[in-house]
Amino acid sequence: MTPRRFLSAPASFALAAVLALVLASAFVPTPTLRAAEGLATAPTLKPPATPEIIPGADGFIQRWLILEPIPTVGLTDNAVQAMVKKEHFPNQLTVLPKDGEKVTVAGADLAWHAVDTTEYNLNLFHFARALGKPTSNVLLWGVTVVNSPEEVKDVRLAIGSNAASVWWVNGTEVIGIYGDRQTVIDDGVSKRLTLRKGPNIVRCAVVNGGGAMDFCARFLDSRDAPLKGLSVRLTDAGGN
Amino acid sequence: MRLSAFITLLVLLTARAVALDGEIRIHDPSTIVQCDGRFYTYGTGGTCLVSENGWNWQRGTTPPRRGMAPDLIHLGDRYLMYVARNVGAQPRADINLVWTKSLDTNSPTYKWEEAGVVASSDGAEDCNAIDPGLLLDPTDGKLWMVYGSYFGFIRLVELDPKTGLRKDTNAAPVNIAINCEAPVLIYEDGWYYLLATHGSCCRGADSGYNLRMGRSKKITGPYLDREGVDMIRGGGTLFAGSSERVIGPGHFGRLQLGDNVEKFSCHYEADLDRGGASVLDIRPLLWKDGWPVAGNNVREGTYQIESLRTGTALELAVEGMPVGGRRERRGGPGPGGPGGPGGGAPPSGGGGPFGGTGQPIPNQEVAKVSTNWPAGAIPLRMGNYLCQAHQKWNIAAVTNAGGYFGSPYFKITVANTDRALAATAEGEMTVLPAFTGAPEQLWQIDPLTDGTFRLTPKAIPGRSDPLALSAIGASFATLSRFEPVGNKHRWILKAP
Repeated sequence: MTPRRFLSAPASFALAAVLALVLASAFVPTPTLRAAEGLATAPTLKPPATPEIIPGADGFIQRWLILEPIPTVGLTDNAVQAMVKKEHFPNQLTVLPKDGEKVTVAGADLAWHAVDTTEYNLNLFHFARALGKPTSNVLLWGVTVVNSPEEVKDVRLAIGSNAASVWWVNGTEVIGIYGDRQTVIDDGVSKRLTLRKGPNIVRCAVVNGGGAMDFCARFLDSRDAPLKGLSVRLTDAGGN
Repeated sequence: MRLSAFITLLVLLTARAVALDGEIRIHDPSTIVQCDGRFYTYGTGGTCLVSENGWNWQRGTTPPRRGMAPDLIHLGDRYLMYVARNVGAQPRADINLVWTKSLDTNSPTYKWEEAGVVASSDGAEDCNAIDPGLLLDPTDGKLWMVYGSYFGFIRLVELDPKTGLRKDTNAAPVNIAINCEAPVLIYEDGWYYLLATHGSCCRGADSGYNLRMGRSKKITGPYLDREGVDMIRGGGTLFAGSSERVIGPGHFGRLQLGDNVEKFSCHYEADLDRGGASVLDIRPLLWKDGWPVAGNNVREGTYQIESLRTGTALELAVEGMPVGGRRERRGGPGPGGPGGPGGGAPPSGGGGPFGGTGQPIPNQEVAKVSTNWPAGAIPLRMGNYLCQAHQKWNIAAVTNAGGYFGSPYFKITVANTDRALAATAEGEMTVLPAFTGAPEQLWQIDPLTDGTFRLTPKAIPGRSDPLALSAIGASFATLSRFEPVGNKHRWILKAP
């Protein structure tokens, strides 16, 4: 019988690194790693490194799946509404994609990317530029999952965007702001709504004319303060 | 608040707003007091005016002791009335205290009791002991009375808040002003303010009555006006004078309604619209730079309604059309895309991309831009004010709909339409296709002490909690409980 031997220190480190990678890949899909290579140049974005994140004291949602830009034109109420009502890809108002999944829009393959923003806002200009995609006259879809430990009534989704944007919570359109505008915290605010216990899907469509583009979003409680106790992940499984 | 907003407000308020409703003839009205939900004021000769809501007034019951220019204060479970009488030829006079536990003549506790003389003048001294004014000092609970009328000095004496009588009959009155009458003291933020009536009374439209003021850090004076002139040497900065068709405001009375809403009462010597009668009025009391400012209630007209918090204005949630039509951004198509209905690039007037059309651009006509508006209810939202038709609101008093303190209820409609701002059962806002007079379409518009306004629906379907219009976001307004601190519920009415 071969005597049992302990691994040498270098070998232990190597094994630990491999295990870490295996464990990480269990909840961070490999496409994110690939996407991160392109997004690594985005100064305010990074790939998710944990299964979920908790919003800070100011409540901003900092983890999103963003679809690569779709060419479009027009920022007026009617133009934006027509744009988001048009089906660009199947189930665009219900799908909860996975990081790296692709959809075909007007003959072009566009990928969803999971990103965390280091700021209160998600800089879509950084996102598109890092991927070598257009930043002007574009529509970007975003989706995330907000988990609530309990049902909460009289909540409001509060957003800001550059430029126009339309927002849905659990499939219901709750906010639309239009025109050439800059991101202002709590610019568009929904009417009172109820957050379900468990996962709540928040979806947005941001339309930009030119220049900077970004958005921010958070939930406010019945006293207009940032709603506490939420967590954010990119799957509707494993909620409370 | 911002200076521009305050100036705009003063411009809006320099003219008289809607007058009170009902029987409002009175001379020298007392401070208005509330008793069992009703408002009461008493004037010279025992005139009593009563109101359920502060807007519609009717004649009440004259108290047994009639006299000149009474003042009223509610202390504990009693209503104390100080009322003067001549004792022979002026300036020989005295001020008597009478009291009752209720002002409601149907109450079993309605009974005026005589308590005796509180101050007097002997006809030779430099004072005419009439026109009392009461102040319960909020800083220390002391009760004070000022009195006097032109002849000699305005005097100050301390009263016992338990009895309403002089605290020390041996203490000499303090002289604090001269050559005026109907003095009233108020306290605000470390200052005592003396508001008194200057000019001549009782000559109808020829009366020079006007309200003037000074202030002091001590209740005993000196009361200096804004120019530093002591009121005991004739000083006094104008607080309110004659304007439009009302002449001779006098006999100030303060009312603090809570939540930064204050009003003052006065009478005009002559209301030209009421045959030159002396009438009661109630107006907003504002504060600026440490001085009271006389405002008026909202004047009917067309306004942009701007949030002090966000700087954005209420608008119908429809796609706006730029005044004069859409234009292309320099260097190519603008972000708004091609012009929509009624749009199209305006003709160039030369002078390059910023040279304009070379001729005045007329105001937008709502009939031309509203053809594509939905027929039913349309959401309310907020946006940068761009002089567009869906951003202009007409505010008009609603007849026979009642009112609140000093004002009728208003309807707020998109200018030149019947589309009416309304509250919903969910505590949100909407714009209905037509005004029906329902309570959720009636608006109480209260000027706050900083000159901004609070807008509150008369009622919200299925709800009893009072909610005020709130700018919860830059682009969204809702209804929520009024918060005196902060700007969420403060609105500026600007003439568009």
